[in-house]
Amino acid sequence: MSVDVLVIGAGPAGLAAARAARRAGARVVLLDSSDVLGGQFWRQPLAGGSDADIRALQHKWDRFVALRRVLTDDPDCEIVTGAQVWAVDRRDDAPPVVHALVGPADGGDRRRRVFVPRALVLATGAHERTLPFPGWDLPGVYTAGAAQAMAKGEGVAVGKRVLVAGTGPFLLPVAASLLHVGATVVGVVEASSWRRIARGWVPRPHELRPKDLMSKSAELGGYVRALAARRVPYRTGAAVLAAHGDSRVTAVTVARIADDWTPRQGTEQRVEADAVCVSHGFVPRTEIAISAGCALAADGSVRVDEEQRTSVPGVYAAGEITGIGGADLALAEGEAAGRAAAGRAGGAAEVARHRAFADRMHSAHGIRPGWKAWVGDDTIVCRCEEVTAGQLRTVLAATETRGLRSLKLSSRAGLGICQGRICGRNVEDLLPDAPLDPGRTANRPIVVPVRLGEIAAPPVEREV
Amino acid sequence: MESSDVVIVGAGIVGAAVARRLALGGFRVTVLDRGASAGGTSSSGEGNLLVSDKGPGAELDLAVLSGRRWAEFAAELPAELGPGFPDIEFEAKGGLVVATTATGADALLAFADTQRSAGVDARPVTAAEAAELEPDLTPRVAAAVFYPDDAQVQPSVATEALLASARRHGARLRQGVTVLGGVVSGGRLVGVDTTAGRFGAEHTVVAAGPWSAEVAGNFGVRLPVLPRRGTVVVTTRMPRRIRHKVYDADYVGAVESELAALQTSSVVESTAAGTVLIGSSRERRGFDERIEAAVVGELAAKALILFPFLADVPVMRAYGGFRPFVPDHLPVIGPDPRLPGLWHATGHEGAGIGLSVGTAELIGALMTGVEPEIPAAPFAVTRESLRKVTTG
Repeated sequence: MSVDVLVIGAGPAGLAAARAARRAGARVVLLDSSDVLGGQFWRQPLAGGSDADIRALQHKWDRFVALRRVLTDDPDCEIVTGAQVWAVDRRDDAPPVVHALVGPADGGDRRRRVFVPRALVLATGAHERTLPFPGWDLPGVYTAGAAQAMAKGEGVAVGKRVLVAGTGPFLLPVAASLLHVGATVVGVVEASSWRRIARGWVPRPHELRPKDLMSKSAELGGYVRALAARRVPYRTGAAVLAAHGDSRVTAVTVARIADDWTPRQGTEQRVEADAVCVSHGFVPRTEIAISAGCALAADGSVRVDEEQRTSVPGVYAAGEITGIGGADLALAEGEAAGRAAAGRAGGAAEVARHRAFADRMHSAHGIRPGWKAWVGDDTIVCRCEEVTAGQLRTVLAATETRGLRSLKLSSRAGLGICQGRICGRNVEDLLPDAPLDPGRTANRPIVVPVRLGEIAAPPVEREV
Repeated sequence: MESSDVVIVGAGIVGAAVARRLALGGFRVTVLDRGASAGGTSSSGEGNLLVSDKGPGAELDLAVLSGRRWAEFAAELPAELGPGFPDIEFEAKGGLVVATTATGADALLAFADTQRSAGVDARPVTAAEAAELEPDLTPRVAAAVFYPDDAQVQPSVATEALLASARRHGARLRQGVTVLGGVVSGGRLVGVDTTAGRFGAEHTVVAAGPWSAEVAGNFGVRLPVLPRRGTVVVTTRMPRRIRHKVYDADYVGAVESELAALQTSSVVESTAAGTVLIGSSRERRGFDERIEAAVVGELAAKALILFPFLADVPVMRAYGGFRPFVPDHLPVIGPDPRLPGLWHATGHEGAGIGLSVGTAELIGALMTGVEPEIPAAPFAVTRESLRKVTTG
């Protein structure tokens, strides 16, 4: 089968893109590294979930089911799950050549496939950003996304008494999921103050369409009701400053923080908990986009025009990699990207409408610099290589370098198995001056670790 | 206007080594870099301090001189820079060159003979001895030569260490400063104009690696340095199973080659952190930064010929960079008679980490009017083999 449009990522954006491209008549190949469609947003057990679980844990599920059915039944849309894109070769003025390995990641016989698509839609989503604090490397501290994935994918709670902390609307569905799978949520701690949240969300309400406002309110309202019904305390303007315990978390320190997130002395409280879930937002997964040559915006997301075109001809981007904005925006962008990749116009207005929500979310919940005051010299910043904030500061003082690359190589921060996905942004933020080589923690030509034997095989036939 | 005795353009390993040597010699030194320290070629390679890939001649002499200086530097450094400074990971681990074919074996043994006649410790070893040196090496060894004097450093940290040492002796480093042009007075280069203003200096040293031709061009001087791209891949950490630097015998041929097209040959070694570095590719295609699956795949395939067990080891990172390539494969070191006041310390291709400290010795001796330990003439920009590209 020839490939008109190759879509990487089968979350909301990728699914919508594949559907739109098919509607416009293009032959589509849809790749996802997972064994099931849906991405993180519609994560589900391999065997499928019960209706009760789906009602409690999923949002816009009907939309997913419809997209999945249409694409699965379509002979001109090849869906390849378990497909890990490990490298792309940038070409001049054309979409890149895409190299994938297909099959179980721990199996010895993944199949190599190489695609040369006429158009490429990148819908690779985002990974979570977690700010470090003393004790964040203790067992029992999870990212909120990991806790959510375990609840949605396996029906398991990460602890019995769980605290959810960080910033952003994502904390609410995570807390609701934890309740559903049987945990006691001892609190949700949001770093932004009510004042800042209100300043971000409330102004110029006439710019938002009532229908969108209702839909968003209903979604968030549902979570708030679920929390209220179980008497889960919701605090704003506060943060987890430390996690305590010997072999695993037994308690955390929660304190009030100022608008810039500097802790307020004397407000510390100890909260008993056997698990903490933290999330401070999301970072676009831009490895493939960067290797393909796509230009980035100042915030590290992929720059797109009103029809989701990137700076590389024939390459489109949709969803969280163009800026964190949630599933509604991802669906709208995917739709526009799929249509444009197949050679049709339209869809821009829908995107602009949802983008307005995303902008508000950033002004309400974006990270503030005072978090650096939580980090002691002994706090580990890079977990893979066990580099502390103190070591980073010492290396910076000793070398006086203004380069991230030099700092990485001298301190080893970001050189471990995650290749800076977890710590990269935090390391950049801890530098006193802006580095002279920004973005170098996001450049990862090997998209995921692959075994040498898997890629040493002679090149395989290209699917054009 | 700021003024110094010497302005060095480039805060990579060569600029750093020259800065340290001149600062120790009493010169007031300013190092300028348009980017950050150790941000270019110096942090894009493996940190090779090799004699094994060099045949008799000027480059080998420079490598031997440099090897002595590295051993001294590695011994002095911890005391000078204090315990807070990261380790430069100097390791005199030795190199093992392995031929897996009969043709390769003949060429390797003949090359080692010529090296021995020039005083290099190059010891042919049997397959059984090679297996003792490297238990996980392929059993298909047609010939192998062990070079005890091959060594390694962490190149980025080594650059920072040389710079830090230079600073302790009075040198200044200005990062994020781009040289825009030269200041010429009475036919002599007396300083540089930069994005941070004018820097006056009696001597200006171009140590900008693959970007040296561009810097020299700003002074109206032609310098035949071209970028030659390389790619290195890095595995995840594992218990150490590779003890030396291990190369396939093609490596020497690839280094010496004139071809622009892609060539790969294996250089495989463990780092102090427990990762395995696999190089190296050589391609001339300008400053093109893309890293391609075919190159990574070819590096992987060649590495598996030497160490079959690597097939199950994950590779997590690939990085690329540009070596400063000179058509006759010798660095350009010393004053440029076409523009008095201008000096070069560049064009070391893939050997700059190793040769940096020897290069600094040459520059230091020449600038103070002392006879260098090895002849400097073969490295002069006016040499016959570069005449076509430096004149006109």
